[in-house]
Amino acid sequence: MDPGKAGDAIVEVAVALAFIAIGVAFLEAILYVLLVRVLRTRLAVPLMLVAPAIVGLLLLNAAPIAWEFYLSLTNMSLKHFKPADVDLIGLDNFVRVFTKPVLKQVGFFQLFGQTLLWTSVNVTLHVLGGLALALTLHRRLRFKGVYRAIIILPWAVPQIVALFIWRTEYNFEYGVVNQLLELVGVAPIKWLTDPLWNFAAMIVANVWLGIPFMMVIILGGLQSISDEYYEAAQMDGASSRQSFRYITWPLLQPVLTPAIILGVIWTFNNINVSFFINQNEMETSDILVTALFRAAFQYNQYGFAAAFAFVIFAILLIFTVFYVWRTQALKGAYE
Amino acid sequence: MSGATPVPSSVAGPPAAARAGHAAGGRRQKPLKIAAFHAILIFASVVAAFPIIRVLGVALRPNDRLLDPNFSLIPPDATLDAFVHVLTETDFTRWIFNSLLVASGTALLGLIIAATSAYAFSRFRFRGRGVGLTFLLTTQLLPAAMLLVPLYIIAVTIGRETPIELMGTYTGLVFGYSVTTVPFSVWILKGYYDTVPIELEEAARIDGCSQLEAFWRVVLPLSTPALAIVFLFNFLTAWSEYFLARVLVSQANDLWTWPLGLQTFQQEFTTQWADLCAASILVSVPIVALFLYSSRWLISGVTLGAVKG
Repeated sequence: MDPGKAGDAIVEVAVALAFIAIGVAFLEAILYVLLVRVLRTRLAVPLMLVAPAIVGLLLLNAAPIAWEFYLSLTNMSLKHFKPADVDLIGLDNFVRVFTKPVLKQVGFFQLFGQTLLWTSVNVTLHVLGGLALALTLHRRLRFKGVYRAIIILPWAVPQIVALFIWRTEYNFEYGVVNQLLELVGVAPIKWLTDPLWNFAAMIVANVWLGIPFMMVIILGGLQSISDEYYEAAQMDGASSRQSFRYITWPLLQPVLTPAIILGVIWTFNNINVSFFINQNEMETSDILVTALFRAAFQYNQYGFAAAFAFVIFAILLIFTVFYVWRTQALKGAYE
Repeated sequence: MSGATPVPSSVAGPPAAARAGHAAGGRRQKPLKIAAFHAILIFASVVAAFPIIRVLGVALRPNDRLLDPNFSLIPPDATLDAFVHVLTETDFTRWIFNSLLVASGTALLGLIIAATSAYAFSRFRFRGRGVGLTFLLTTQLLPAAMLLVPLYIIAVTIGRETPIELMGTYTGLVFGYSVTTVPFSVWILKGYYDTVPIELEEAARIDGCSQLEAFWRVVLPLSTPALAIVFLFNFLTAWSEYFLARVLVSQANDLWTWPLGLQTFQQEFTTQWADLCAASILVSVPIVALFLYSSRWLISGVTLGAVKG
């Protein structure tokens, strides 16, 4: 590429970062004068330390979310885009989320059902697969490091690349998936055009992507369990099944619980897989977040999409609060 | 996307290799059992690696045999034509440059903002601390698509009302990615600072350091691995992001990051299969190498609450 253009690009980013640095310095100077010279407070140091993040979070997170809430109460869309055309319409968007099709055909409750199915099947298979592989790997074994390195490849490859590849491999005629099926005498499957098979295709790709993470996490958990427990159990004549039931499984919970919470949130929010594998934009293969993206940027219903986004967020929040409260998974984080 | 939930620090504990293999304990295992374990692991390895190796095989094929149902990993008439084509006759290098620039800018910005703030969250008790931590966690629940809507409208509005242009600029992308990386970085670093013994700072203060000096000279150098992890995570988040790039810069071909660019190799009815595969390999190899090389630290980062998404 043209070196001049590259130079300009680097300068643009450097200038933007420099502006931030100057802004931070300016902010700190003001705080210094205010807190140390004027107020003489003991909190000066922590407040000055935390200030850049507070400002950053307010500008980058809180402001967009507040703005989105405002949007959710308006009729903003491609037709009503200029400030003069945008009207407040109260809670109409929220009512519409539950009463009318979100895109063209499928309504909110079906999308929610699809998302629940997607999330539960994926997380279950991730945990079972990860647990099986971690238990197999967690022993003295030749080539252990090699296996481990190969098995985490799907996690290491950029997800977008993996999905471009999977999507191509699902092609009816020349994709490798159908070619392999043909080898074992199974008729080719319409992975990309049949609604049911497309959903299955999404799950297969995502299980492939997600098992390595669970395996690594569980392996870490297994390594933190002291050998002494197993030695004691062995002396008492416990079978390996009993060892697993009464030692491994309970002691794995502190690792497994947060991993499952994370897994559920990520799978629920995983826009990549459904978006790319569902090449033909079938609404039966949409999950809530892909429907959200389409509502906003393919149907250009910004106000409606904002309301829809808050509904999705509320679902996740309720799940997380409930789960965290039930399992006490966050105990310690606030200390 | 990134996420954050703390895992007890015991997990981050001693290095894996040192205590591996307790299950085998002292007793010897039956050869049949060992063979079964190898069989499981070989099967899993094949499933994990097959799609990746196959991509290599396709990328090396000459152009006229792309759709050939052939499973040989390295075709007999292997050629690097596809790599040459991607590197010289498409905008691939431009996309890589753009992605590198945006990802580095994002990673740096996240680090600058988070490094000090996380320290305050870790060491000081001030009013609003709990609210701040809860807010940090809550941001990790936000679906990426949820933030795209306001970011898009805000970028358009700022472009219309002020001279600052966020649509179709690198700056817009860097800020857009920072929305997810900044809270995440603060959370991870806070978790790491929590594990640095406070006695070290107290010792430094007895020797005459102020608290800030103790932070700068003791805590920050000790936290180099965590800073590197945060940089890497932020870099990876921005490196392979597709949707925000599509919303902000899809109209500006010059600014395409590689996920937008690679997409043009694959349309609904025609796929430039060899180009796609060659480009995929070029994009993935450095990342996979980095990932495998750093996986030890990455995994301790994971257990501190971080993950590549």
